[in-house]
Amino acid sequence: MQYAAPKSTAEAARMLADAKGVARVLAGGTDLLVQMKSGLIEPDLVVDIKAIDGMRTITQEAGGYRIGAAVSGAELGEHAGVRALWPGVVEALELVGSTQIQGRCTLAGNLCNASPAADSVPAMVAAEATVRVIGPDGARDCPVQAIPTGPGKTSLARGEFVASIHLPARPAHASDAYLRFIPRTEMDIAVCSAGVSLVLDRNGTCQTARVALGAVAATVLLVKDAAAALVGTKLDNAALDALASAASAAATPIDDKRGTVAFRKEVAGVLARRAAVIAQQRAGSEKGADT
Amino acid sequence: MSKIHVNTSINGDTTEFLCEADEPLLNVLRDHLHLTGSKEGCGTGDCGACSVTMNGRLVCSCLVLGAEAEGAEITTIEGMADGETLHPLQRKFLEHAALQCGICTPGILVAAKALLERDPDPSETEIRYWLAGNLCRCTGYDKIISAVMDAAAEMRGG
Repeated sequence: MQYAAPKSTAEAARMLADAKGVARVLAGGTDLLVQMKSGLIEPDLVVDIKAIDGMRTITQEAGGYRIGAAVSGAELGEHAGVRALWPGVVEALELVGSTQIQGRCTLAGNLCNASPAADSVPAMVAAEATVRVIGPDGARDCPVQAIPTGPGKTSLARGEFVASIHLPARPAHASDAYLRFIPRTEMDIAVCSAGVSLVLDRNGTCQTARVALGAVAATVLLVKDAAAALVGTKLDNAALDALASAASAAATPIDDKRGTVAFRKEVAGVLARRAAVIAQQRAGSEKGADT
Repeated sequence: MSKIHVNTSINGDTTEFLCEADEPLLNVLRDHLHLTGSKEGCGTGDCGACSVTMNGRLVCSCLVLGAEAEGAEITTIEGMADGETLHPLQRKFLEHAALQCGICTPGILVAAKALLERDPDPSETEIRYWLAGNLCRCTGYDKIISAVMDAAAEMRGG
């Protein structure tokens, strides 16, 4: 195996494209090194992107934030601006692993590892985040949900890697939340999860909503019917019931040791409902919400 | 395959070493630099026995490549005591009998020190969550938590 730490995105893309055999990108390494240790993959080249400008920084852009691909969960959690604008995305990444894992794990890595149970991915999909992909032919932007195509599979072409993630601007009276079910309180993989992002008007009526579910299909699900159940309502019980039913109906999970199909479908609705209520409370408690 | 030459700082000392491209930092510490305080419990980031800090962040050294230590500042359990004088956390672990077999102890001490540097007065719940990635199969954790709380109180001057 060869290790390289290029200084530019163009150099990194060229190395990945020209590599003979298996090439992998290294940011936090919390999935990559585990897969190497277990023998799941044997890379011929590992490209460490952390020496490239912008990979470890969070910058304001277009009213939102651009988050470098190597920004760790701990660094994201300490950023007051992102935490205020997209608390659901921050809380989702912070659920990944232990304190030690938080020192290294990244949004981009969680996305590109392409686990159906990735915690930050439903939250990013609900937030309508976009991804900046760098490849041999330059840069392109795409929605977060276009990256994972199945367990462990992504749409990234040879030579391409995720350089950053952009969380967009948000109007007033808007917020998000992420919840997952695990059978303990810490250090586990989601059995089922839900991310919800809401925009309310000044009276608390829902203007737009996005509802995303994790661990109930091969890839993250954006459930438009569930979101539609909230629009035009003040999230009364009937609207929340309709949201939960739509989320449960959309879920197409598998039976495995962590949960059954029936349990996951039921809990998808419960979590979507609870996350919607938390997002509503956060949106309503914003400064100026009553003016 | 030629080895990678790495310049780094370990416990404040400028250090250089040669490592293979796929060699974890933990192996470099233990096998090349003979800093055997950091332990390999699982090798996959689950147990925390290999905890060190890298540029101030608590990490599992089994999930860091040795090559990534280039230009970094690493601290390990070997840097915790001041000569013969134990760190308050180390002293309190002895007083509270917060260890039995001792394999998890270096990682827990490094992790607890990182916590107290961020928050000198954590609650019991905060300590338990912070240390959730440090597994101990002997003590049942209560004595570890008591020792950390007692050390924190002493370090605050209480």
